[in-house]
Amino acid sequence: MLAKQIYDVVIVGSGPGGVAAAIEAKKAGADDVLIIERDTELGGILLQCIHNGFGLELLKEDLPGPGYAQHFIEEMLSLHVEVLLNTMVMDITPQRHLFLSSKEHGYVEIEARSIVLAMGCRERTRAQIRIPGYRPNGIYTAGTAQRWVNVEGYMPGKEVVILGSGDIGMIMARRLTFEGAHVERVLEIQSYLSGLSRNLVQCLQDYDIPLQLNHTIKRILGKNRVEAIEAVQVDEKWNFVPGTEEIIPCDTLLLSVGLIPENELSRKAGVKLDPITSGPYVDETFQTNVPGIFAAGNVVHVYDLVDWVSEAGFSAGKSAAKYAIALRNAEARYTPLVAGKNVRYVVPHKLDKSTLEAEDVRLQMRVTRPIEQPVWVEVHDGENLITRKAERYVRPGEMVTVVLKTKNYADVAKASKLTIDINPR
Amino acid sequence: MQEKYDYIIIGGGVVGCMIARWLSRYEGKVLLIEKEADVGMGCSSANTAIVHAGYDPLPGSLKARMNVKGNAMWDTLAGELNFAFERRGDYVVAIGDDELPLVHKLMDQGKKNGVPGMMMIDGAEMRAREKNINPETSGALWASTGGICDPFQVTVAAGENAVMNGAKVLLNTAFQDFIMEGKRIIGVRTNRGDFLCRWVINSAGIYSDDVMHKAGVRPEFIIKPRKGEYYIFDRADVSIDNVLFPVPSAKGKGILVTTTLHENTIAGPNGTIIEDKEDTSSTKEGLEEVAAGALKLVPSLNLRHSIANFAGLRPMGNGPCKTPGVVYNNDYIIEIPEEVQGLVNLGGIESPGLTSAPAIAEEVVDMLRDAGEKFVEKKDWDPIRPGRPRFRNMSHKDRQLLVEMDPRFGQVICRCENITEGEIIAEIRAPIPARTYDAIKRRTWLGTGRCQGGFDMTRVVTILSRELGISPLEVTKRGTGSEYLFRQTKQVEG
Amino acid sequence: MAEEVNFICTACPQGCALTVLMENGEVLGVTGNSCKKGLDYANAETSDPRRMVATTVKIRNGFHPLLPVYTERPVPKPMIPQVLAEIRKVELEAPVVMKTVVLENVLGTGINVLASRSMPAKK
Ligand SMILES: Cc1cc2nc3c(=O)[nH]c(=O)nc-3n(C[C@H](O)[C@H](O)[C@H](O)COP(=O)(O)OP(=O)(O)OC[C@H]3O[C@@H](n4cnc5c(N)ncnc54)[C@H](O)[C@@H]3O)c2cc1C
Ligand SMILES: Cc1cc2nc3c(=O)[nH]c(=O)nc-3n(C[C@H](O)[C@H](O)[C@H](O)COP(=O)(O)OP(=O)(O)OC[C@H]3O[C@@H](n4cnc5c(N)ncnc54)[C@H](O)[C@@H]3O)c2cc1C
Ligand code: SF4
Repeated sequence: MLAKQIYDVVIVGSGPGGVAAAIEAKKAGADDVLIIERDTELGGILLQCIHNGFGLELLKEDLPGPGYAQHFIEEMLSLHVEVLLNTMVMDITPQRHLFLSSKEHGYVEIEARSIVLAMGCRERTRAQIRIPGYRPNGIYTAGTAQRWVNVEGYMPGKEVVILGSGDIGMIMARRLTFEGAHVERVLEIQSYLSGLSRNLVQCLQDYDIPLQLNHTIKRILGKNRVEAIEAVQVDEKWNFVPGTEEIIPCDTLLLSVGLIPENELSRKAGVKLDPITSGPYVDETFQTNVPGIFAAGNVVHVYDLVDWVSEAGFSAGKSAAKYAIALRNAEARYTPLVAGKNVRYVVPHKLDKSTLEAEDVRLQMRVTRPIEQPVWVEVHDGENLITRKAERYVRPGEMVTVVLKTKNYADVAKASKLTIDINPR
Repeated sequence: MQEKYDYIIIGGGVVGCMIARWLSRYEGKVLLIEKEADVGMGCSSANTAIVHAGYDPLPGSLKARMNVKGNAMWDTLAGELNFAFERRGDYVVAIGDDELPLVHKLMDQGKKNGVPGMMMIDGAEMRAREKNINPETSGALWASTGGICDPFQVTVAAGENAVMNGAKVLLNTAFQDFIMEGKRIIGVRTNRGDFLCRWVINSAGIYSDDVMHKAGVRPEFIIKPRKGEYYIFDRADVSIDNVLFPVPSAKGKGILVTTTLHENTIAGPNGTIIEDKEDTSSTKEGLEEVAAGALKLVPSLNLRHSIANFAGLRPMGNGPCKTPGVVYNNDYIIEIPEEVQGLVNLGGIESPGLTSAPAIAEEVVDMLRDAGEKFVEKKDWDPIRPGRPRFRNMSHKDRQLLVEMDPRFGQVICRCENITEGEIIAEIRAPIPARTYDAIKRRTWLGTGRCQGGFDMTRVVTILSRELGISPLEVTKRGTGSEYLFRQTKQVEG
Repeated sequence: MAEEVNFICTACPQGCALTVLMENGEVLGVTGNSCKKGLDYANAETSDPRRMVATTVKIRNGFHPLLPVYTERPVPKPMIPQVLAEIRKVELEAPVVMKTVVLENVLGTGINVLASRSMPAKK
């Protein structure tokens, strides 16, 4: 079971953005911080990015992705952040209710004083770049292949062509080569590299994998499994240059054609998205247009350096904690007034405790039924009586009142709610 | 001992499955053979998914009769088989004044075919009903009996109901030849052995010409594949809530823009006659044609929001219409031919074949009855195929109850369409088991969202391998030859 | 005769385009770098190019079947295929803790191969 029904800060996603937000939320004074991850482990995409190059900015160390992730996860766990794994956040309302689904915990609704969205991003697929041809097996996004090769331990191809010169594609070119596959070439429709030039050197040139700029795929051949692709050169307007077609036999096509922030959930919560970044509009505290909902990491816009994702997470976590604490304090100012035994309703519905410090407050109510005998009108906090008033009888037609005095302030300040009962004397 | 059946159905498309369902109501052994790894992998899963009203086919044709009769059967069918079906109605929209007479012609044709519930609406009304329509619209035909469905679900639901009522379905089983005794068909030869029977029903879709030729029937009948290509759009970005046809042309019903039951808008199909019956590839030219056609109806459509393309092949036949005085050479064939005994022969079941499928099934039963078959209803015949939970469509409360009952429904595997592990396992254990990725995809709509399987693929491969007790290396997308993985990462050769 | 060699600095993600003036295998000057690390990189790349190697090893009874590993320092570039072959021979037993040495002094380079993460045992 979950420890709480209401949390200060709930973080959706445990990549570097989410983990950093959890750390900083705790440090900034949030009490109940919950991080929710749909996968079997904490860490996000970094767990499959086993190559080096992470942490140079923040940790001054050249770490592989899983090591970078673990560094911050350990810090987060030492701060007693509550963790839910194998749990998908299905829905978020603008009022910050979250619906979670998991095998272990069932389908549950929780509330958060503030939320940090850290769902990361997903990869663009074939249709978004519209390659005609069959729909055989053997066309994967580079990230899917990365998960298979590095985490699950299976090779999805032997002869590989990569479309797009994004970083993940170039990194996978090297990975597949390391594991005995043959990467035929990388095709890029633009006239320039879309990833980092260091990856061009370290991942392609070092292993003599050709990169063809101004080239794309005209057609995919093979009905059940990819058998070949037809590559073609393009002009500045991306029109095919006739006569430059070339059939390249291969069994696998990897797509590395870009990342898009993952914002299905954000939309449900009423978060406004920027059509250019595909991520939420945020202010400098990483708050979205929905008060109390923050966002950090690739869910906002696609980063090329994880260190900066962590930085954004820290900032969002801190702001989220601040928001939650302010809300909690505001909640603490008020005490709800509850109609108890024989009472139909009480006005006011809630009491600002600070008012009682300065002046008396009269509570007005009506009873559910006539009681034709002497009664006590009692105000209590669930355990202790705070004040009471005697009446000779009560009737629904006649309003009943009782006054809370300034001298009751100390007792009221401690109460989480006040109940008014009417009992026969 | 060879197994002996009363009826063997060749082809598990919507027509074959519907016939299996109709026959399984009666005493007698029914076998359906399908060459692919799943039912419905032919044109029954790659079409526009429209239950046509019936104003389109030529009056007097068998097509027209099957269409109108079939259309009227869908409400009961959907109720019994538990698949999603909505009678939303459809529009044939005239753009500019020149096209208006063609719409009036369709209205007349519809009346002749006996289509109920049609009306002409003017341009202003059309614009009010569909705000995205081309503002040049001059009017439209409104056919209130038009509907939309999930054609694959229909196919599998009919097949499952047949299996529940005792029919047998053999997948990966391809018809090769007839076993004859003189002029009488006594069985079929397949890649998985011989099966004896009294009757064979040819519902092999695009290959029905080859099948009938093996029996020496209609050597002049040929099927030409006519390719139709489509765009599917992300429902978050594009939402056209109506079924919008352009006016028809010589090439057919034209490129329409319509919503699907999964709320994704689709546009298509074009119609290109090709030679290769296996060529379901989309082409640059074809997709451009579809885009142009779609933009004519809905100029604001943004192709950048497309999440997938697909193509289907219409089995266009050259069967002449039998009605005296009606000159039409692309009619349906539904017959018990005289050349041989023991064959129910179907051919050229192109659009509106999906709509017509239940009527065709009933027609087949009627013909067999006329041929002397004594149909006795099974005592325990159950027309109801129970539905299975669809997490995505449930309220929060219902989801909570479902997950309490079976926690596997709490594990979401497809993040875009919210398909759970419980649903996937239910499909693997269904009366017609899903044994490939695509089989699960078509049954649950998993992997069809904007990430197109990018997230769920590795996870579904793991579940299939676990549930079927096979290695992940053996898991396929759509049957043998479409495996996902080659070897373990660390087993490097050499 | 001095000659110009062009390559990209990979010492950090900036990826500056370096131009190195060389004579008889000696570096005469470097331009295009944005920092001191770039200079060192140019010297190393022209005399003894090295690369970090990150890959995986088999792990028995682990939460995952593979454990990611990396060389603690860059190894000589020409040795990468042999280094990979050596690492491929390693098979571990879970659990393993992050930065455990999984292969010591690979091929006498003086460089250890470390676990990139902790790997708990299968539950
Ligand atoms: C395939 C791939 C490879 C990449 N490789 C590199 C690289 O080599 N170097 C680099 O610097 N950057 C890389 N990136 C970018 C990388 O995503 C970021 O640098 C970094 O991991 C972003 O961190 P994040 O916390 O924003 O998101 P992520 O690390 O993606 O984490 C998001 C987490 O949220 C979880 N989640 C999402 N939705 C839900 C939900 N509804 N309920 C519960 N949990 C949810 C996900 O499971 C995931 O664990 C890669 C991205 C991808 C997609
Ligand atoms: C682009 C397009 C759009 C369409 N739109 C609509 C529409 O909106 N509304 C509508 O009503 N209709 C529509 N149709 C028509 C409809 O899809 C078909 O009429 C219907 O699906 C035909 O069903 P079937 O069972 O005859 O064929 P199929 O679904 O093709 O089934 C035939 C089956 O036989 C199997 N088979 C073939 N040879 C053998 C063999 N030797 N052994 C074993 N099995 C074999 C095949 O694998 C296949 O599964 C459309 C068709 C296309 C192509
Ligand atoms: S020269 Fe300096 S700044 Fe430029 S890539 Fe090399 S290390 Fe980075």
